[in-house]
Amino acid sequence: MSIRSKLRRSWPGYVFLTPWLIGFFLLSIFPILASLYLAFTDYDAVNAPVWVGLENFQYMFEFDYRFWQSLKVTFLFVVLSVPAKLIFALIVAMLLDKGIRAVGWYRALFYLPSILGGSIAVAILWRQLFNADGVINSALAVFGIQGPYWLSDPNYSLYTLVVLAIWQFGSPMLIFLAGLRAIPQDLYEAAEIDAATPSRKFFAITVPMLAPVIFFNLVLQMIEAFKSFSGAFIISGGTGAPLDSLLFFTVYLFNEAFSYFRMGYASALGWVLLIIIAAFTAIAFWTSKYWVHYENERG
Amino acid sequence: MASVTLSDVKKSYGNVPIIHGLDLEVQSGEFLVLVGPSGCGKSTLLRMIAGLEDINDGVIAIGDKIVNDLPASQRNLSMVFQSYALYPHMSVRKNLAFGLSNLKMPRPEIERRVADAARILQIEPLMERKPRQLSGGQKQRVAIGRAIVREPQLFLFDEPLSNLDAELRVQMRVELAGLYQRLGTTMIYVTHDQTEAMTMATRIVVLNKGRIEQVGTPYELYNFPRNKFVATFIGSPKMNMLDAQAAGGKADIAGLGSLALPQGITANGPISIGIRPEQLSLGTSGDLTVPGKVTLVEYLGSEVFIYVRLANEQTVLVQGAGDAKTRNGEDVTLTINASGAHYFDAEGQRLGAVE
Repeated sequence: MSIRSKLRRSWPGYVFLTPWLIGFFLLSIFPILASLYLAFTDYDAVNAPVWVGLENFQYMFEFDYRFWQSLKVTFLFVVLSVPAKLIFALIVAMLLDKGIRAVGWYRALFYLPSILGGSIAVAILWRQLFNADGVINSALAVFGIQGPYWLSDPNYSLYTLVVLAIWQFGSPMLIFLAGLRAIPQDLYEAAEIDAATPSRKFFAITVPMLAPVIFFNLVLQMIEAFKSFSGAFIISGGTGAPLDSLLFFTVYLFNEAFSYFRMGYASALGWVLLIIIAAFTAIAFWTSKYWVHYENERG
Repeated sequence: MASVTLSDVKKSYGNVPIIHGLDLEVQSGEFLVLVGPSGCGKSTLLRMIAGLEDINDGVIAIGDKIVNDLPASQRNLSMVFQSYALYPHMSVRKNLAFGLSNLKMPRPEIERRVADAARILQIEPLMERKPRQLSGGQKQRVAIGRAIVREPQLFLFDEPLSNLDAELRVQMRVELAGLYQRLGTTMIYVTHDQTEAMTMATRIVVLNKGRIEQVGTPYELYNFPRNKFVATFIGSPKMNMLDAQAAGGKADIAGLGSLALPQGITANGPISIGIRPEQLSLGTSGDLTVPGKVTLVEYLGSEVFIYVRLANEQTVLVQGAGDAKTRNGEDVTLTINASGAHYFDAEGQRLGAVE
C-alpha cells in the first residue's frame, strides 16, 4: 500500500488525534526546545534573549554557591526520603497483605495522604503542625519536652520535610501491595516446610520476587524526589529559608525564573536537573540487571 | 519412616464444612493415594497433615507424636507441590540446599545430600541453572529432589504430575514408583487421576465431599467397590450402571429382560447393576442377551470401545479386543453375565461380599 492510500484510509484517526497533538507540540515539545535554546542565552522575559554560549553553565559551576547548596539539599532529600518512604510503604503493604479485614477501606485511607500530599493546602497544614508553637510542640510540652524549631532551625527543617515525604507513601504502597499479591503462596508454603524463618522468607522470597516492583517504585520515587517542590516552597515561604536549608533545586530554579526573571539561567538549571535525573535513572537501570530478575525472562 | 494417624479430623472454612470427622490410618512405609473428584477435600487433607492448614477438631499424629500444634517445619516431612514451587531466584543447587541450610546442617553434609539427590534424579548437569531454564519435567525432578534431601519420615505429594504432558506423566509415574521402592519412606499422594492412583498406590483412599468412601488396595477397590461412587470413580473407562428391580432372586432390568442374581445377593426393590466394560461382550453366549445398536466405535489399537444403545435407550460401553470388526450403526446382540456384575442397593451400597 502506498503512503498516499494509507493516509486516505487513516485520516479520520489523525483528525481525532489533532487536539492532543496540538497540545503536545505547543505545550510540551515547544517549551522544552525553547528552554534548551534559552539555557544558552541571557533572557529576562521582556527583552529579546541574547546568546551567551556556555556562560550560564560556567557561572553555575564556578561561582554560584547557591546552586551547589541547592544540589546538596536536593541530594540529601533524595537519599533520605526515597529509601525511608519505600521501606515504610513496603512495611504497610506487608501488614495489609496479611489479610486484614476491610483492606479496601484501609487502602483508601492510606492512599489519602498521597492525593492530598502534593497539595499546597497540606503543606500549609504541615507548617501549622510543625511551627515553633504548633500542634506537635504543644503536644510535646504536655510531657514537659521542649520541642525544637522544626521548620525554622536549619538542623531540623529538611528532616521535617523528609517526614512529610514519607507520609505520602500511598502510591508506592499500593504498587507494593499488588506486587505482594502476585507472589505465589506456594513459595511461602514450600519455605514453611523448608523451615525458613520469617526473615529468611522475606529475603529469599519476598525481596527477590518483588524486585521488579521495588525497582519501579525506586525509579519513580527518585524522579519525584528530585523534582519535589511544593512542600519546600510553602514551608520555606518560597525562599529556601532557613539559611537555605530548604533550598531545593526546584525552589532555586523557581526563584531564579520568577523572582529575578533570569529565565536563561533558570532554563540552564532546568536542563542540569534533567541531566542529573537522567543520569541517576540510567545508573538505576544499569544496576538493575544485577538485582532485578523477571520471572518470565529467558535465561 | 512413620505412620500417620487421623482421628475424627474436621475442617471447615467459615460455615462450609470441608472434612467431616475423618479417621484414617496410614501405615509406616506405605504409598497411600488420596483420590477423588475436585473439591472432595483431598488437597485440604494433605495440607492439614503437612501443617499448612489448621484443623478445627480431631487429632493428627505422625509416628506416635501428636502434631496438631506443631509447625510444618517441625513435622519432619517434605512436600512436592503441583506448581513445583521452586524458588525462582535460586539455582537448582540452592533450591535443593535451602531447607537443609535453614536447619543449620553442616556444609559437607548438605553437599553430600544434594549430590546424592542430584544423582538419584539425574539432574547433575542442571545444578547451576535457574528454574526458568528448566523444562516441566526437569522442574518436577528438582521439586522431588528438594523433598528427598531432607530425608524425611514422610513424603507428601499434591498432584505433582498434573502440570506435565501425558507422555511425561507416564514416565514420571514410573520414576516415582521406582523412587518409592528405593527409599521405602511413607508417602501420601493426592491426585484426581484414578490411573495414577491405581498404578502407584499400595492402598487408595477414595474421598468424596469430605468423607472417605472406601480405603483399600487397588485390587479391592476395582473388584469390590463398596458403593456406586467408588464403582464408577475407579476404573477407566467407567463402569456401566443399569437400573433394575429385584424380586425373588431375579433382577428385572427395565425394558431388557431379567437376570438371575448370583448366590449370596438377596434384594427386593430397586437396585443398580454395575458392569465393567470389559465384562460385557458382543455375542449370544451369556446369562442375558439383549439387542442394541452401535452408536460409536473408538479404536485404540490393542482394544476397542464400542458404545451400544440398548432397547431402553440407555447407552453402555463395551470394551472389545482390538481386532473387533464392529461398525457404527450396526445392530448387535450384547451378552451380560450375572457373575461379573456388581450389585448396589437403592442407597448405592454394595450388595454381597466385600473381600
